[in-house]
Amino acid sequence: MNTLAVAGLLLVLLGLSYQTGWSRSRALVTTGGQKVHSRPQYHGAYTALWTMIPTLLVLLLWAWLGGEITHNYIVSQIPTDVLQSLDQAGLNATIERIRAIASGFGVAGDVAPFEQTAGENLRNFQMLTNIGVLLVAALCGGAALLYARKRITARLRARNAVERVINIVLLLCSAVAILTTLGIVTSLLTEALRFFTFIHPFDFFFGTVWAPNNAPGSGNYGRYGLLPLLAGTLMITAIAMLVAVPLGLMAAIYLSQYAPRRLRSIAKPLIEVLAGIPTIVFGFFALVTVGPFLRDFGRLVGLNINATSALTAGIVMGIMIIPFVSSLSDDILNQVPRTLRDGSYGLGATQSETIRKVLLPAALPGIVGAFLLAVSRAIGETMIVVLAAGNAPVLRGNPFEPVATITVSIVNQLTGDTDFSGPQSLVGFALGLTLFVITLGLNIFALYIVRRFREQYE
Amino acid sequence: MDMLAGKVKLTQQSVTSAMNPSAALDRPIRIEARDVTVHYGAKQALFGISIDIPDRAVTSFIGPSGCGKSTFLRCINRMNDTIEGARVGGTIKLDGEDIYDPALDVVELRARIGMVFQKPNPFPKSIYENVAYGPRIHGLARSKADLDEIVVSSLRKAGLFEEVKDRLNEPGTGLSGGQQQRLCIARAIAVGPEVILMDEPCSALDPIATAIIEELIDELRENYTIVIVTHSMQQAARVSQKTAFFHLGKLIEEGVTEDIFTNPVHKQTQDYIMGRIG
Repeated sequence: MNTLAVAGLLLVLLGLSYQTGWSRSRALVTTGGQKVHSRPQYHGAYTALWTMIPTLLVLLLWAWLGGEITHNYIVSQIPTDVLQSLDQAGLNATIERIRAIASGFGVAGDVAPFEQTAGENLRNFQMLTNIGVLLVAALCGGAALLYARKRITARLRARNAVERVINIVLLLCSAVAILTTLGIVTSLLTEALRFFTFIHPFDFFFGTVWAPNNAPGSGNYGRYGLLPLLAGTLMITAIAMLVAVPLGLMAAIYLSQYAPRRLRSIAKPLIEVLAGIPTIVFGFFALVTVGPFLRDFGRLVGLNINATSALTAGIVMGIMIIPFVSSLSDDILNQVPRTLRDGSYGLGATQSETIRKVLLPAALPGIVGAFLLAVSRAIGETMIVVLAAGNAPVLRGNPFEPVATITVSIVNQLTGDTDFSGPQSLVGFALGLTLFVITLGLNIFALYIVRRFREQYE
Repeated sequence: MDMLAGKVKLTQQSVTSAMNPSAALDRPIRIEARDVTVHYGAKQALFGISIDIPDRAVTSFIGPSGCGKSTFLRCINRMNDTIEGARVGGTIKLDGEDIYDPALDVVELRARIGMVFQKPNPFPKSIYENVAYGPRIHGLARSKADLDEIVVSSLRKAGLFEEVKDRLNEPGTGLSGGQQQRLCIARAIAVGPEVILMDEPCSALDPIATAIIEELIDELRENYTIVIVTHSMQQAARVSQKTAFFHLGKLIEEGVTEDIFTNPVHKQTQDYIMGRIG
């Protein structure tokens, strides 16, 4: 459909209806003399809503059903004998060819006569339906406008009606977010359940071997044990947190308590720039700089450290997370009331005593929340791990060896040619579901901690 | 005008009922301030304040909001050090010792000069831990029994022990406003200070809690040198033996409380006490 025409129609109707309602309302004031319930803006908005809703409904209805109607029309244009000779793929190809002819783009190869006529007919059909739909929409809108205009009286509670519609619109907007989440979870669940028809859940959740057989068609699917991936994920996350939490927290304490204002105004944005660096660049940095450095350093002290290992990925991921921890902790520390700090100083406490014994305990719930957010982020991180962790899905406890994580395995299983009929690809959903449950659990735990400490201290 | 007249009458009644106020000036001088100035950045907040604060008596600072009385109070235990851009000039001596001497340890100074703030600010810890905080950081208790002893006696001195003895392990923030303020006083007492500074300690409290705190201040006077900032003239008249009136960063008048309220020398003091400014 012609987008410009639709937009034009909607704009014209919007302006017209608002103006109508507004001027009608003004007329009420001058002739009636009695008190008008709503101000002219609300009568304008009221009329506009009355006009736009039916118009949009007509357009939406066409957007929903129009494709199907056009499709059926095209099929009806294909001669019966040709239609019978086509399979599903051939039919789709023919329909696409007819559409291309109608749009004037032209097609490759010779054009069969029936295709040519069908294309021309389709062009006429599309023009007619477009104009028709616009006309119907405009008529509905116009009729609604007239109806709304008639309803405008001094006693009409237009303000309340408009507020109610705004309420509903806002509700719908939040419903979109909630429904999307629900939709994603359901699709994860159903696909994961399909995966579990191939692989027993026990073998998945407690299996210690990750060796999918990615050759399609054979009856041997391979083994899908989650534990090596989970261990890799947890190990990298733990290393990342070991790096990020002390550094981030110390940086936050320095910035919020010790740093002079000038330094703070420069340093804080600089640290936050770290959060803006794309994770693939961090992955790079891990692969090219940190990995070889760690390997050479390991040689120096007699340790056998692989260039791509849990350690490399963990350290770089930790550096990536520092701004999360420091920025959030900094905000939280600054929110602790000044009176508490003064109270401690007034008793003769030093700055570090005040921070350790008053500030940090008071800010603890918030800081724990910040840490758990950082953990969620680390668990879901993919690019650094793809490049720097070595992708070795083997269950072992040595951080100097390569590992694989849940996210990396999802990438491995879902890239390239995939069809979702076998466990090779479906395992991606089971892994995604596992990740989702882990991060959900962390978030709930974070909320619980925050709430518990709140009750105790406020 | 009737209201104003009532106010003055009330003030005078309170003064006459105060306990022998003129005795305050017979006491030795504990704190001696000379030409104290304070700048916040480019703005000057205090102009050459000179005042003597007597030992074991209550000295009150009165004056309209923004007159510098709290600023001066915060000079006495160097709390202005924690404010970025604040500069203090002149000298303040505690027992003849300059507290702005670079060799002086500010931590020790604040242990000797306790402070109670405008808004009750108990730490988000238990009642016990709030009081034990100071003794712990200064290492005043040798054993747990010692610490218990300090906590209980401080709470007793602050008149709070009977009310909280069964819930010492509950959070201090769960107490009522007046109880919280007495907890803060106990917390200050626990460090064993000689001077206690109070910055409008009753401004966030209801009249009953205020009366209890005022009674407490009167008891504490026997053992501590107390300086209280207040915007309530009645309170100054009720609890203090010496009063200093501040206006626009200057010390206008100081003297025995009774004299200030009944026979002020300066017109500005008179106007403030009559309720014409502030």
